[in-house]
Amino acid sequence: MVYRGPHKVRVEDKPVPVVEHPNDAIVKVELAAICGSDLHLYHGMMPDTRIGHTFGHEFVGRVEEVGSSVRNLQRGDRVMVPFNIYCGTCWFCARGLFSNCHNVNPNATAVGGIYGYSHTCGGYDGGQAQYVRVPFADVGPSVIPDWMDDEDALLCTDALATGYFGAQLGGIVEGDVVVVFGAGPVGLYAARSAWLMGAGRVIVIDHLEYRLEKARSFAYAETYNFTEHDDVVVLLKRLTGHLGADVAIDAVGAEADGNLLQHVTSASLKLQGGSPVALNWAIDGVRKGATVSVVGAYGPLFSAVKFGDAMNKGLTLRMNQAPVKRQWPRLFEHIRAGYLKPNDIVTHRIPLEHIAEGYHMFANKLDGCIKPVVLPHAS
Amino acid sequence: MTYTSERPPLAETSEDLRARIPGWGADLDPADRPSVPKLQWQEDRSGAHWDFPERQPEERPRERSIEHAFLTPVFGTSCPTSGVSGAIRRLAYARYSEGRLAHWLLLVLGDRVDAWGSHARSFLTLRPDNPVTETGVLSEFRRHGVSSRLGRGRTDLPHQLVVTPVVVAGPWVLGAAAVARLARRRARRRQPAVRPAVGRTTRALRVLRSSTSR
Repeated sequence: MVYRGPHKVRVEDKPVPVVEHPNDAIVKVELAAICGSDLHLYHGMMPDTRIGHTFGHEFVGRVEEVGSSVRNLQRGDRVMVPFNIYCGTCWFCARGLFSNCHNVNPNATAVGGIYGYSHTCGGYDGGQAQYVRVPFADVGPSVIPDWMDDEDALLCTDALATGYFGAQLGGIVEGDVVVVFGAGPVGLYAARSAWLMGAGRVIVIDHLEYRLEKARSFAYAETYNFTEHDDVVVLLKRLTGHLGADVAIDAVGAEADGNLLQHVTSASLKLQGGSPVALNWAIDGVRKGATVSVVGAYGPLFSAVKFGDAMNKGLTLRMNQAPVKRQWPRLFEHIRAGYLKPNDIVTHRIPLEHIAEGYHMFANKLDGCIKPVVLPHAS
Repeated sequence: MTYTSERPPLAETSEDLRARIPGWGADLDPADRPSVPKLQWQEDRSGAHWDFPERQPEERPRERSIEHAFLTPVFGTSCPTSGVSGAIRRLAYARYSEGRLAHWLLLVLGDRVDAWGSHARSFLTLRPDNPVTETGVLSEFRRHGVSSRLGRGRTDLPHQLVVTPVVVAGPWVLGAAAVARLARRRARRRQPAVRPAVGRTTRALRVLRSSTSR
């Protein structure tokens, strides 16, 4: 898959990637996914997204080749690869901030390295392809446990880990009222994870009925379609005895709909790093002294966030790209125990040659699409 | 009750929730949550066996943020900078930090120059850009475009049905119109210079008529 400009992608032959560093591996991709944050790239919202770039930061596959210093993997290993590219030893990695690695992204210091996520995130080609270069093969990838399904492993590489991380950022204590904005994959996982942490009530807000249905069946959540209410903030106050939620999780990010002006100034005119509709609802919909967790992706340009309200309410804002591998040991326990079944949210499986239609379908929320998986070798 | 010190009551107790939801409370203790605390010293170095990684060879000059002390030891090599868009991008990295709006606006400009340059160059190849196949718009027919949208109270419809088509298709339509106009103009120029003579004759006849009609 290659990017051909905003809203345009196609499949092209590119040279098979080669080992460029002694700790590289080349992975033959067996499954990849399209992620909601890929839509920021697809819509041309992420600066320095170059024509010819291959997207895809969620993938699993088999090791095809390893560099001379790789010790932990060998050819033929079935691996899951976190979306973060990281070195393991910089100041940030040493303290577990894998998504904030300082040694892998020459283009920016404000973000680490991410596969297939523009040059702003390091200029690495991604996994919506048959082969991908995996830097620091001794650090990032893990051999997929024998008992784990490939699709479940795939979803652990970003969406599930991010949703689980988002719930942790909320600092949930027993009995908390948690509101999750967005019923896409990350929002669904965040809502489900909130229960693991002892939430007393989980509310999910979205405008797509089929996604809200999934939030009810998969995440056991109480759901509200914001198009049916004049004012989401008033709704949340009424639902919570006029207190506001204890924790809000923004699982929407830059593509937020709900305010056409905000959406046009961000998605179309690129005057904002994203449409912060969901984030502003989160800030205004929680109680004073609450925590707002942000795992929705925003671009680096300014966004019109209601910071005064956040300050006056004494909110704690917590956010980051998820340090994926830090989540895995505990997530694996939850999956094995049956508390989570990641691939319950997969709705579409798309051969790589149909990727353009896959993107269009996912971006426009057609055909009940929640999570599309890409099959690079289907043909 | 919000206006007193009491919390509003919950509909379900913890015991109710534990019985209803698989895994409820499994991570009640923050110590079981992998991202708590935020900064955790990684004793195993995540499998790394270096203090500072070996450096990836810089086969060609690689742009880097002015905020970095040096080129990072590992970097992506997809789509190296080239042409006008490359010059714009290199300027953004060399001159402005990530804290400056100019940095990002130059990168966005570089993206647009890159896109339009690539579209134009594609028409010199055997595989020109095809906005129909590359936008995947045909999935509207295969993936229930109408029934996925209508009568569902979707808030993104104005954007999908008006803004996106204008932003995406507009430049292609304008471009095609400009090319057609240019082609017509060229075709006119190539025709033998007969019509101007006819025009002059016609004008002369009109003048003659108007002068004799008094």
